[in-house]
Amino acid sequence: MIRFNGICKNFGATRALDNFSLEIGRGLVYGLIGPNGAGKTTAMSILATLLLPDAGTATVDGLDVVEEAEKVRGIIGYMPDFFGVYDGLRATEYLEFFAAAHHIPAHRRPGLARTLLELVNLPDKADVYVDSLSRGMKQRLALARCLVHDPKVLIMDEPASGLDPRARAEMKEIIRHLKQLDKTVLISSHILPELAEICDQVAIMEKGRLVVAGRVAEITAVSRGARQMRVAVLDRAEELAGFLATRPGVSETLADGQEVRFLFDGNQAEQAALLQAMVSGGWPVVEFTEIRRNLEEVFMAVTGEGVEDLGGN
Amino acid sequence: MAEINPVLLKELRQRFRTGKTAWLLALYLLVIGAFVLGFMYLSWRGSPGIFQPDRSRTLFIMLSVTQLVLLGFVVPGLTAGVISGERERQTLNVLLTTRLTPRQIIWSKLVSACAFVVLLVAATLPLYSIVFMYGGIAPGQVLGVFGFYLVTIFLFGCIGVACSSFFKRTGVSTVTAYGLAFALAAGTGFLAVFLYEINQLQARGGISPETWNPAFLAWVVEFLQDINPVFVLMQILGENGIPTGVNFGLPGWAVYTLVYLAAGVLLLHWSARLLLPGGKRRRNTRDV
Repeated sequence: MIRFNGICKNFGATRALDNFSLEIGRGLVYGLIGPNGAGKTTAMSILATLLLPDAGTATVDGLDVVEEAEKVRGIIGYMPDFFGVYDGLRATEYLEFFAAAHHIPAHRRPGLARTLLELVNLPDKADVYVDSLSRGMKQRLALARCLVHDPKVLIMDEPASGLDPRARAEMKEIIRHLKQLDKTVLISSHILPELAEICDQVAIMEKGRLVVAGRVAEITAVSRGARQMRVAVLDRAEELAGFLATRPGVSETLADGQEVRFLFDGNQAEQAALLQAMVSGGWPVVEFTEIRRNLEEVFMAVTGEGVEDLGGN
Repeated sequence: MAEINPVLLKELRQRFRTGKTAWLLALYLLVIGAFVLGFMYLSWRGSPGIFQPDRSRTLFIMLSVTQLVLLGFVVPGLTAGVISGERERQTLNVLLTTRLTPRQIIWSKLVSACAFVVLLVAATLPLYSIVFMYGGIAPGQVLGVFGFYLVTIFLFGCIGVACSSFFKRTGVSTVTAYGLAFALAAGTGFLAVFLYEINQLQARGGISPETWNPAFLAWVVEFLQDINPVFVLMQILGENGIPTGVNFGLPGWAVYTLVYLAAGVLLLHWSARLLLPGGKRRRNTRDV
């Protein structure tokens, strides 16, 4: 649905995107992660037909964002990271204005505005002036605005930025609902755990380049190297730590009370074999789990490393 | 039936919904009204019961020039923030991802701002009618003055919109728009007078005739006074301008209208180009 192919973009001496390539499949919620200056907003702006790439091509549903910009605008909804306010417009008028700007026939606009306000849980704010809404409500209204022309693709730049936890949860729910409506959603965020929750796949960017892309679980697996494991036993934890230190793939064992933590470099079969060895050795194992790293830790681990496309599109 | 442009509709709705609009209209009328009625009061006080037509004519000229000066303040002020304001509110990018073209956005912004200024001018008609009632002014002159105002509003509006598209900040845009409006309103006039004086000096032998070509200089002076709003307004009101002996084959107001309509259209075209991806000021999404 979305394809970046060797995109380069410079702002003076600053290279915002450096041979950036990425493919995003239809109906996916795709997260774009990166520190400030990574090139996320530039990539999204190019996709939204707001910027021209210096080199490379970008397409949305097969349409070139430069050559067929007007058609692209008809199938994308763009939500920037800041919700600009129009003074003196009510929520319904705001939506009807953008519906008109997308050439939606006049007779359909009032009903469309009502439907969209219900979708984003703002039906009671229809006659409220936009500038008097809370930030969370404005963000949801902005999302409704993106949907006035029923786009196939939604481009959301930091949609959860500045929202309180409740508003973020509401935004997540709406994005999940959009996925059910078969929309392709490209979303950037700094709140990485939340991206992990709602995104099917993510791409990590740094200095204008793609560092790694794929499913969250796959990225986590590839980036982790040795996984951190935890074994809880009823007793003899120190003895178990000594035993584990002799096993292949195990390192940095540490006994702490009734549990042992260690790094394990092996696949699932080797992990099962290790558990079997512990049980056969007579240790009363009550829990054997991997200490999962969140996306934030993964992000910190992978930035600065080479490109690894895990596929999955 | 063709639908009204959504940006224009939104702008008009926003503008006329706020109380600021009514206050601005009232203030505008107050300034011009105080001027007219004050002048009439002073004239009557000097000779009670009589208001002579020649005074009425003077009043009409002064009223028209005052209105021109006010337009020079109001129009750039209203238009110099139409695009930069969208940029500052961070709504421009959203607008540009709709099906509206930059040209439609620019024209709608201009028309909505100019519509309000036309309302301001139309609201002063009763004041003109008071002056008109005492004679000394031909109906054609009144119509000519209002036609002249329309062209001037368009010109100042185009300057404001172009500055607003070019500059990122409304403050810079407004100052530049006022500067350009002043240069057109006063600069061309001063230059015309200056060059005319040089030509006269040459004719009197004060400067070697070879230094400046008198015919060319006369042509420039005529052109400058034909594109100067104050000179053209005076011509419409039947006053004499600078005698150059040059004839373009068109009255001064026609030259003024043609030159500034063309300049305005070019400015709007340029403004729309600035909003296209790759336009000079499209680099504001530099968050990277």
